[in-house]
Amino acid sequence: MNAIGRLDAEPKALVDTPLIAPGIRCAGCIGKIERELPKVKGVTSARVNLSAKRVLVRHDAQVSEVDLVEAMRGIGFEAQPVASGLTSDDAETKTLLRALAVAGFGMMNIMLLSVSVWSGAGGATREMFHWLSAVIAVPVIAYAGRPFFRSAARSLRAGRTNMDVPISIGVTLATCLSLYETLTWGTEAYFDGAVMLLFFLLAGRALDAAMRSRTRAEIGALLSRMGRSASVLQPDGSAHRVAAEQIEPGMLMLLAAGEALAADGVVELGKGAIDNAMLTGESAPERVGPGDPVYAGTINLTGPLQVRVTAAAGDTTLAHIAQLMDEAGLSRSRYVRIADRVSGLYAPVVHTMAALAFAGWMLAGAGWHQSLVIAIAVLIITCPCAMGLAVPAAQVVAAGALGKRGLLVKDGGALERLSEVDIALFDKTGTLTLGEPRPDLSTLTNEEKSVALALAQVSRHPLSRGLTAGLLAEGVMPAPVTGITEVPGSGVSGSLGGEPVALEAVPTSGSRLACALVLGDKHCTIEFRDELRPDVSETLTAFTAMGIECRIISGDRMEAVAAMAARLGIPGTGGISPEAKLAMLEGLKTEGRHPLMVGDGLNDGPALAAAHASIAPGSASDLSQQAADAVSVGERLMPVALAVRAARRTMGIVRQNFGIAVLYNLCAVPLAIMGEVTPLIAAIAMSASSLIVIGNSLRLARAAR
Amino acid sequence: MSGLTFLIPIALAMGLIGLAAFFWAMRSGQYEDMDGAANRILIDEEDEL
Repeated sequence: MNAIGRLDAEPKALVDTPLIAPGIRCAGCIGKIERELPKVKGVTSARVNLSAKRVLVRHDAQVSEVDLVEAMRGIGFEAQPVASGLTSDDAETKTLLRALAVAGFGMMNIMLLSVSVWSGAGGATREMFHWLSAVIAVPVIAYAGRPFFRSAARSLRAGRTNMDVPISIGVTLATCLSLYETLTWGTEAYFDGAVMLLFFLLAGRALDAAMRSRTRAEIGALLSRMGRSASVLQPDGSAHRVAAEQIEPGMLMLLAAGEALAADGVVELGKGAIDNAMLTGESAPERVGPGDPVYAGTINLTGPLQVRVTAAAGDTTLAHIAQLMDEAGLSRSRYVRIADRVSGLYAPVVHTMAALAFAGWMLAGAGWHQSLVIAIAVLIITCPCAMGLAVPAAQVVAAGALGKRGLLVKDGGALERLSEVDIALFDKTGTLTLGEPRPDLSTLTNEEKSVALALAQVSRHPLSRGLTAGLLAEGVMPAPVTGITEVPGSGVSGSLGGEPVALEAVPTSGSRLACALVLGDKHCTIEFRDELRPDVSETLTAFTAMGIECRIISGDRMEAVAAMAARLGIPGTGGISPEAKLAMLEGLKTEGRHPLMVGDGLNDGPALAAAHASIAPGSASDLSQQAADAVSVGERLMPVALAVRAARRTMGIVRQNFGIAVLYNLCAVPLAIMGEVTPLIAAIAMSASSLIVIGNSLRLARAAR
Repeated sequence: MSGLTFLIPIALAMGLIGLAAFFWAMRSGQYEDMDGAANRILIDEEDEL
């Protein structure tokens, strides 16, 4: 830090930059970042948000995002600038929470007044209480009911109905009737029922929204590194940063080490290694030199490169695959969620019943006022209070339980689709296997291990990182190696007590990976293997037990896939292109199957988007994680099977909840049609059915075991 | 009965204060980072020296 003595007099513009750092886990990380980052020149302050795994850095405008990422790496955290468009999800949750708070306030105060009316307050007191209730209820309903009214209006305009249509009609009619009763000094007002209904339904909605935004925050933290700008060399020799959308073919990009490519191109100058993990999920870096093509989304691991842009913005390979995924995902967006399917039946039945009750009482000569009161009582009592909670309550509890086991479900619809799968397709590399090289350390002595650690821990090469992780897991301490230098593409070298030591790249054939450790004149080879996840066979057994057929479909070589398929005892097909995977899934779907796709690489992206349901491991490429319904964090594959099992149990509970709601209606509707429902009975019936449904859903807290 | 003229306004006012407090808390970002708030008490301030 050479900050001392640089006291610029001019006022500096401070800007806030949000960074995503998935590695933030605990209080120690918060303390470290907030203490160390402001010591970097130009950084004023840093504030960590642990839930979102973000750091908000306030700094001089001169400090670039790249510098901040570098500073974060300096204190031990991988960080990326936040991609735009990830921050807008919270708004919906906040609107719902505000509406919930207002409805809660209204419900409590109106109940206070209603209880005294129910316990016998009469005459002037009752009328005053009705007026007070009206004064509280009308603004509360107008505010808290907006999410429902808006959604109902949108759906009616599109010529459909959803759950919000009967809710909106019920609440509006109940409010109008109660206002009429109040104005005419009547005896029965349903303000309490209407507000309570909104409160319970909003609770369901807020739960649903909170689940989605929390998962998105976590997945947003996993997503990373897509190059959003590049340093472009101008004809006059100067370089300045250009946003990814404005890069044009023919420009010359300067790529520093550790930087992600923002466009496709061909290397013009420089040699280095490219990390394709973002695109393919492959761990081995690819060596590139002049003339080699490089792709947007990949990362330059070593020295600076000059890249001539061949395709930019929407024309990159990455963008093409993203487009393929968008199209494949269309069928999924047409999926109708269970709550909407139920309401498609429910709303007409309820509205017909209310109309029949009105007609029946008119024919019986009850007069239009009494008939209308009874018809509205039917609407209020059947208002889908328990139905509105039946789905979100169960799904939120199940998603929470799965989250604790390392599986992040994106939304409730994903759980519904997961419960229906009947065939599971697995990618090989990175899905059934760990997708990262694990060293075979059995041949090394303790001294060799500590030397290897000292050398490997300075390098960002995937093999070095794999070696470091493997050695640290064994509790090895680094040897005091001095003068360590890294030569990109060939290895790391240094000296230990005057003796030269080095970790060198070894040319390998096929899929074998290895490096050589040099100690003086002694050479030994460290082999790397991409191992199977520890619980693959248990997971496959669990799938078979659930009656789900398993297959491997992989873009890897036929022989490698066949060997693994034989080892695991399931059918496998190799050498499949992304388009062929997509076609295979479409074929299964036209056969009426519901395929589950589990895959990680970009080549799986379209398949993930097209499958009935899909899960990506946390190590998967960004696009795959975005396309998948759920992301499984950690080394184990078992959460995938757990997810399907939990999804099935969740849908079982959801059906039970619907059963409870129907049972409740069977008891309550005859009472309402007979004209026996008072506001007291309506309030008790509604809260009782809601509480039973919530209680039933809480049983899912153990669903993921 | 005359007690009601005091009690009902008091009940309403308390409810409104609670509601206002919730809105204020939400606006000032106190629900932005629930996990972080729980963890921050574990940070040792002495480390800064």
